[in-house]
Amino acid sequence: MAVKVISPGLSTSVQDLGRPGYYHLGIPEGGGMDRFATRIANILVGNDPGLAVLEVTFMGPELEFTEAATVAITGGELPPKVNGEERPTWESFPVKAGDRLSFGYLKAGARAYIAISGGIDVPVVLGSRTTYVLGALGGFEGRVLKAGDELPIGAASGQSGKSLPANLRRPQIIPAELRMLPGIYWHRITEAAGKRFFDDTWKVAPEADRIGYRFKGGTPLEFVEREQPFGAGSDPSNIVDACYPYGSIQVPSGTEPIVLHRDAVSGGGYMMLGVVISADMDLIAQLQPHTPAKFVPVTLDEALTARADNAKLMARAEEYLAG
Amino acid sequence: MSIRFSFGGDEHIFGEVSEAMSLDSFFTGLSMTNAVKAAGIKGVTEICPANASFQIRFNPDLIKPQDLLKELQSMEAAASKSDSVLKTRIIELPVYFQDPWTHETCMRFRERHQDPSSTDLEYSARINGYATVEEFIAAYSGQPWFVSMVGFVAGLPWLYQMVERKKQIEAPKYLRPRTDTPKLTIGHGGCFAAIYSVRGAGGYQMYGVTPAPIYDPTRKVRYLTDEMCLFKPGDIVKFKAIDRDAYDTTLEAIDANTWQPTVREATFSLTEFNKDIYGTNAKLMELINGR
Repeated sequence: MAVKVISPGLSTSVQDLGRPGYYHLGIPEGGGMDRFATRIANILVGNDPGLAVLEVTFMGPELEFTEAATVAITGGELPPKVNGEERPTWESFPVKAGDRLSFGYLKAGARAYIAISGGIDVPVVLGSRTTYVLGALGGFEGRVLKAGDELPIGAASGQSGKSLPANLRRPQIIPAELRMLPGIYWHRITEAAGKRFFDDTWKVAPEADRIGYRFKGGTPLEFVEREQPFGAGSDPSNIVDACYPYGSIQVPSGTEPIVLHRDAVSGGGYMMLGVVISADMDLIAQLQPHTPAKFVPVTLDEALTARADNAKLMARAEEYLAG
Repeated sequence: MSIRFSFGGDEHIFGEVSEAMSLDSFFTGLSMTNAVKAAGIKGVTEICPANASFQIRFNPDLIKPQDLLKELQSMEAAASKSDSVLKTRIIELPVYFQDPWTHETCMRFRERHQDPSSTDLEYSARINGYATVEEFIAAYSGQPWFVSMVGFVAGLPWLYQMVERKKQIEAPKYLRPRTDTPKLTIGHGGCFAAIYSVRGAGGYQMYGVTPAPIYDPTRKVRYLTDEMCLFKPGDIVKFKAIDRDAYDTTLEAIDANTWQPTVREATFSLTEFNKDIYGTNAKLMELINGR
C-alpha cells in the first residue's frame, strides 16, 4: 500500500508525536505542531495515536491511493475532496484504490493533519518517524514532500464514519491569547517594558514555521542597563549562549518576539522573557500570519491547571471516540 | 556562587550558574547535569548542559515542579564543590583556514558586517590585537578548546578556548545574520567558536572549514555509525591548520570512508588547569602528537 504525491502543497511533512531525548545534541522533539489534532486524526482512522500522519501547512497536497484506506483530516479547516467531491473534516471517510485526495482553500487555522489507516510507514529514526528538516533526519528522506514521492502506508483496515463534534474540540479565539510564565531573563527588561509587552496586541509575522513564530507590531523592549557579562556579546538582548525551552519567547535586539515551537533551535545567545505554557502550544500551530495575538502572564499553578484542563479535553475526546 | 533557577513554563527548569562565561561555571553546570542524570529522577525527560547554564525538561504529570526544583537545589552544593576531574577525550580536527568557500560567502554578505572593507579574518585579527591573519590563525589553532555546549541545530558544538581570559578571542556576530553559511564552517561569535554541522543561516564570523563531517543522519560516515553527532559537552578539540592539498586529500579519504579523526582518551582536572594552563594543554596535546 502506498500514497503517491501528485502535488505536495506548500510544506507537507511526515510527523508523529515526536522524538524526545536528543535535545542536548540539538535535535528537537518535533512532532505535529498541533498535538491534539495529530492524536485525534490517528484515533479517527483506528490508528494508535502515535503513528505518523502528514502535517499540511496553509495549502493542501494532492494524493493518490494505490489501495483502499480510511482517511481523516483534523486541525485547521482545510476542506478535503475525494475525486473533487467534498468530504467533512474531523470525520473518517473511506477511499478506494485510484482515488485522489485534494483540498479546497484553508478556511480557518493554519495546519491540517491527514491520518491514513495504518499510518505513514517511513523508518523509525531515534524512536520516531517525525521529519526534522534542518537536520535532514527522519520522515520521508528527511525533507518535506515533493511531487512524485511514494509514501509507504502500514497495513490496517480502519473504520470510517467516526467523528469528533466541535464541542469536544478547543475553539480558536482571535485575538489569540497565549498564556506565558514570565521568567528566565524577564529581569533584563524594565517594569514599564514588561507592562507594555502584555498590553500590546502583536501580529503573527510572515516568518512563522515549525522552528518558531515571530510576532511584530508591539513596542520595542527597554532593557535594564548593565555592563554586558564576558562572553555574552554586545547587544543588551544578548546572553552567554544558553538552552532555549520549547515555547520560550526570545526577543533579538528587543524588537520582535519569537516563540520557539516543536522544531526549536535548542540554544543560542538571546535573552528570553519566559515560556508559553504547554497547554497553549497547540494554539500557536493554528495561527496564520497577520493574526492578532496577546501574551497573558500566568503563574505556575495556573499553567498546571490549564495543562490539566487540556488533558481532560483530550480524555473526553478519546472516551467519546472509544464509545 | 549560587545557581539561579527559573521555571521555563510548566515543563522546564532553567539553571544559570553565572551570567559570564568561565570554565568554572561550565564545570559546575556539567556536574549538575551529570548528577541529575545519575539520580534517574522520574519524570525528567531532557537534560541539557550549556555554556554557563543548563536546562532540565520534565513531565509535570509525573513530578511536581516544586519537588524537582528542591531536588536540584539539594544537588547544588555537591556540584559546585566537586573536584572537577573529567574523564573525556581529545579530538584533533583538521581545519582549512582562509578557504575559498567561506571567503566567497563572507564577500556575498559584506553589507551585513561591522566592517565591510575587511574580511572576517582580517577584522577579527585586528580587533583582537594580532598583526596578521596568520598570527591570529596560529593563536586559534595553537591551544585546545572545550566543547561547552552542543545544539542550536543537530550536532553543532560551541567551543571555549582553554586560555586565560585576557587571551580569549572575542568577536561580535554579524550586524544582521546571513541567510547562508557553508556546511562545516568554523565560526566565531562572542567568546565562542562554533562548527556549523549543516549549511544554513548564521551570524558568526567565518574563518575556515573542516573536511570532517560532524553530523551524519544516515550514519554512514565510519566514525558516526553509533552516534550521529561527533561532539559531546566536555570533549576537548584541537584544531590542526591544514592547506588546500591536505584538505583535498582528507576529503578524498572521507569520500572513500577510510578517514577518521585522531581521538584519544584524556583526563582533565580543572584545579590543575587553573594552576598551569599551558602545561596542562601541552600534556593534552602530547596525547595526540606523541603517537
